Amino acid sequence: MKYGVVVFPGSNCDHDAWYATAECAGDESVFLWHKDTEIPKDIDCIILPGGFSYGDYLRCGAIARFSPIMQEVIAFANKGGYVLGICNGFQTLTEAGLLPGTLLRNTSLNFICKDVYLKVSNNSTAFTSAIETGSVIRIPVAHGEGNYFAEPEQIEELENKQRVVFRYSDENGNVNNDFNPNGSINNIAGIINNKGNVLGMMPHPERYSDALLGNDDGLKIFNSLKNFFR
Amino acid sequence: MNKYHAIIDITLRKSILDVQGKAVEQALNSIDFQMISNVRIGKHVELFVEAESPEKANDLVDDASKKLIANPIIEDYIITINEVK
Repeated sequence: MKYGVVVFPGSNCDHDAWYATAECAGDESVFLWHKDTEIPKDIDCIILPGGFSYGDYLRCGAIARFSPIMQEVIAFANKGGYVLGICNGFQTLTEAGLLPGTLLRNTSLNFICKDVYLKVSNNSTAFTSAIETGSVIRIPVAHGEGNYFAEPEQIEELENKQRVVFRYSDENGNVNNDFNPNGSINNIAGIINNKGNVLGMMPHPERYSDALLGNDDGLKIFNSLKNFFR
Repeated sequence: MNKYHAIIDITLRKSILDVQGKAVEQALNSIDFQMISNVRIGKHVELFVEAESPEKANDLVDDASKKLIANPIIEDYIITINEVK
């Protein structure tokens, strides 16, 4: 399979995303520049990486959402193309309207950079097919605005349709307020769209994809995609 | 075409907890401003816009606010338009 990793001015996890997909998962991976107006025909999955696109000016992802490449990403997603938004990429997906809700300031007002446990609550997605439902993975978060918010009706729809894919939990998969780093409703760490081709998540799988770092739980997501596209 | 000066004041919607406002309120309360409450922090945007009339200018700025300047999911905004002489 082949990934396209979008590079915005201010992206800082783009190279990690490339490394995780190309070097760790062993798939083809190329960078896509924010000014590009075309996505190569053979791309299977686009990654919107973490960072501070356009300096996070105005709101996180608000300006990135109108960059030339994003018009192509939106069209790609609407045609069923697979898109993974990580951290700032998740924020950009909500700004673009490809995912519902938005990410507010962390309730603590702190920038949080630490490992978290995530309970995988849905493994019927392309992004989680190689992970067992209910299992727990450990990957890091690094954000100031990761507090997921949506209107109650929207939350109900996400829950009813199993569209919450990752929740902050303890290492045994217990989901409660004590293990909610940022104030997200229902401990939401990652959600997927209705069609199942656009996933946004605040934690960083690409940062734990190389076993040399002592943990490669994040690789499970890229391996899931590999299985899916096989 | 006339030139208008627009001010867009953006605040988090009332139903959303403004953690920044809360922190500032607590700080104020701790330095002898116990009479202060309900602190809300927002953004103040100013810009020039060319339009045929103040109403048209308001419509344009409203459209821009919905699309980019504010996030209607979480923010309210108030637009003030003044003609630039």
